[in-house]
Amino acid sequence: INHIVHNGALYKRPFNEAFEETPMLVAVLTYVGYGVLTLFGYLRDFMRHWKIEKCQNATEREEQKDFVPLYQDFENFYNRNLYMRIRDSWNRPICSVPGAKVDMMERVSHDYNWTFTYTGRVIKDVINMGSYNYLGFAQKTGPCQEAAAKVLSQYGAGVCSTRQEMGNLDKHEELEKLVARFLGVESAMTYGMGFATNSMNIPALVGKGCLILSDELNHASLVLGARLSGATIRIFKHNNMQSLEKLLRDAIVHGQPRTRRPWKKILILVEGIYSMEGSIVRLPEVIALKKKYKSYLYLDEAHSIGALGPGGRGVVEYFGLNPEDVDVMMGTFTKSFGAAGGYIAGKKELIDYLRTYSHSAAYATSMSPPVVEQIITSMKCIMGEDGTTIGRARVQQLAENTIYFRRRLKEMGFIIYGNEDSPIVPLMLYMPAKIGAFGREMLKRNIGVVVVGFPATPIIESRARFCLSAAHTKEMLDTALKEVNEVGDLLQVKYSRRRLVPLLDRPFDETTYEETED
Amino acid sequence: QEKEELIEEWQPEPLVPPVPKDHPALNYNIVSGPPTHIITVNGKECINFASFNFLGLLNNEKVKSAAQASLKKYGVGTCGPRGFYGTFDVHLELEERLAKFMRTEEAIIYSYGFATIASAIPAYSKRGDIVFVDEAACFAIQKGLQASRSNIKLFKHNDMADLERLLKEQETEDQKNPRKARVTRRFIVVEGLYMNTGDICPLPELIKLKYKYKVRIFLEESLSFGVLGEHGRGITEHFGINIDDIDLISANMENSLASIGGFCCGRSFIIDHQRLSGQGYCFSASLPPLLAAAAIEALNIMEDNPDIFQTLRAKCGRIHKALQGISGLKVVGESFSPALHLQLEESCGSRENDVKLLKRVVDYCMNSGIALTQARYLEKEEKCLPPPSIRVVITVEQTEQELDKAASLLKEAAQAVLN
Repeated sequence: INHIVHNGALYKRPFNEAFEETPMLVAVLTYVGYGVLTLFGYLRDFMRHWKIEKCQNATEREEQKDFVPLYQDFENFYNRNLYMRIRDSWNRPICSVPGAKVDMMERVSHDYNWTFTYTGRVIKDVINMGSYNYLGFAQKTGPCQEAAAKVLSQYGAGVCSTRQEMGNLDKHEELEKLVARFLGVESAMTYGMGFATNSMNIPALVGKGCLILSDELNHASLVLGARLSGATIRIFKHNNMQSLEKLLRDAIVHGQPRTRRPWKKILILVEGIYSMEGSIVRLPEVIALKKKYKSYLYLDEAHSIGALGPGGRGVVEYFGLNPEDVDVMMGTFTKSFGAAGGYIAGKKELIDYLRTYSHSAAYATSMSPPVVEQIITSMKCIMGEDGTTIGRARVQQLAENTIYFRRRLKEMGFIIYGNEDSPIVPLMLYMPAKIGAFGREMLKRNIGVVVVGFPATPIIESRARFCLSAAHTKEMLDTALKEVNEVGDLLQVKYSRRRLVPLLDRPFDETTYEETED
Repeated sequence: QEKEELIEEWQPEPLVPPVPKDHPALNYNIVSGPPTHIITVNGKECINFASFNFLGLLNNEKVKSAAQASLKKYGVGTCGPRGFYGTFDVHLELEERLAKFMRTEEAIIYSYGFATIASAIPAYSKRGDIVFVDEAACFAIQKGLQASRSNIKLFKHNDMADLERLLKEQETEDQKNPRKARVTRRFIVVEGLYMNTGDICPLPELIKLKYKYKVRIFLEESLSFGVLGEHGRGITEHFGINIDDIDLISANMENSLASIGGFCCGRSFIIDHQRLSGQGYCFSASLPPLLAAAAIEALNIMEDNPDIFQTLRAKCGRIHKALQGISGLKVVGESFSPALHLQLEESCGSRENDVKLLKRVVDYCMNSGIALTQARYLEKEEKCLPPPSIRVVITVEQTEQELDKAASLLKEAAQAVLN
């Protein structure tokens, strides 16, 4: 099904998002596959319990055997029996800069993935389609690295104090002014970890008596931040504007659940690009709704900052909207800037409030100086302020790579989710055995990909995920495409039926309410 | 139709309330240059008594050159979480070294100190489990407990009798409902050296309680790692306790190791679980390799020079003695704790006025060349808010003259401001 845009006047460019439906036969076979694995799991557990098979799990201490067990048997069922079989596709150690090509340490397992040993050999020049390196700033040479080296020798690696005490360096102030200028807002504040930015600042902004409307597929950090805040959480269907509107209307009309008092604030949590689906948020419609119903918008641009928009300014620039319409802009520096950390940007009152009341400013160490310098240099490069056009060229290269790669994969017949302009490309695999096989086959052919299954995705929708980068040249993409084609034929994952369905918007369905009050 | 009216009429609160311009936490001190032994705060050069740089490794040349080498090899960022090509050989090496140093089976690294304990606790303790925690636990522990949704039982600070009372109460509850008791996990969460009070926890008694009532112990060693013990291994070495008796030790690398991030160490049975269920580990980018290399080098230095711990403790003792008897201020903390608090002996009545008074003391000291800071808390969020205080941090780099100068300056400041 292709999504057409209603409210088309709000969009200045075509919005093309597709989530092809799972073929019925494939869904049935996937369930059967999981069923077989579960049966085998029970059998193996039975054999381990009766000591017919050796138990290779780590076990509790002798002195503590009569304590209450730390893990319930069932919690670990998935871990022991399904995850263990294909565990070698994850946590692959690398030993070079995570650029377009990477060196991986070879590891083998002689006991079916229970333990790994490193052979000592290094697999060189694996094409890296798994790291979040959208603009190619993960480099070990170049102006960013030199600037970071200078700052490292001057300032040292750590800071040893919190922002509010003695950890606020002049470098941090410089960075925050630069971030505010980059995004086109009044001011910004930076934090040492992207995950912590969400989980520590959402509780500072909303509390009991407020309502949070969060997208179905929001990241764990947003969910944790929403839970820690103590506000009521309601979930709307992924990127579905009718669902969001219905929730907004019901919330304002009916008020709080038991007391019927009006809500203090309503906060909408969305992400710029969703990392598992590759879809882009329908920002023009969300902003229109937010203005109509007087709620606040929190936009998490972890993946979209630097990757979307002609100037790399993120999803707001991509849609041609005004950054002042978004109340709280949040993002991370890990993906497009090749560093670490997160930021929140918005009006001066918001940032002043966060400087005083954010959990991170009072209790957590500030960012490390060489990391700050890397962000400053790479941001200036993207803005063009360092005197070159490298930044602009990279943003454009990424956009071209995205369109080319997605088009070729669709032509080959794979089911690809997500928006045409998103540099995250999920390729559907569905069956559990193919997850492991895909990862291993691609590595044999010197290409590193990321495969994801349950619990990061719904149980039958496991996928392989490609992350494109401006550092990928056309030759690298062509090599990768050739190998993907081969492996796709080998594993028979070319499920797309390429049927062009007449354009209908997704029919409105009943929303699910989930209220959590801690 | 009336729905439309309701929608028209509803007015939300402003997103954030305005903050008064003179709020003490709003205007930060700006440090120009590195926050090392001599620090330039707001344009003035001072001796640094406020950064947690206990072993003086922030400015160490060997640490910096190890980080430089790593920067040349790996660049700055890791561009991914540990599961997706974010695991570097430096991470694996650092985990091995930490496990070997602490003499445990395994260690796991987080990229942010706060997130370490805040992700470790919810990985094991879920809804329905019981956690006994000290009142003076730091904010990161409180957030971890809130995220875990377990039943929290606070016991008075360092009061083993109170803890035993709570444990006995729980035992009688268990006898009423043995089926439920068999699946409810119990934990005690304590800190080695408390950040909020500078005290040490009575670990031998805790071990006895552990085996008597069958509770697991989680120990948070952010301040005591690299400070206590003959070789800096923390409170277990200080008391001579078998490290396997503690289920989980968590510490952050931002104090003694002068890097960024945190780690947990313990038996593989416990630590391995966090690799799939620690939120700050699975869903967040890994630690930049240059910081991991800096931490490895710092560990090397700690292992090669075991006498710095004795030197640090001697300096702490010296200043602890020198600060006794200041009229108006009392010293809170053990004599070997490198992070002390100076609290007002008599409060002025309101917390705001106390904070203002302490600020004047701090400003007096800053103007005369000693950089100090007040201990910052989020007043509305803490469960048991400690009284306002000045934080004094002792590092190995401070000379005896500087320690004496700081003590006499504080006496002067207290005289001038408080009398």
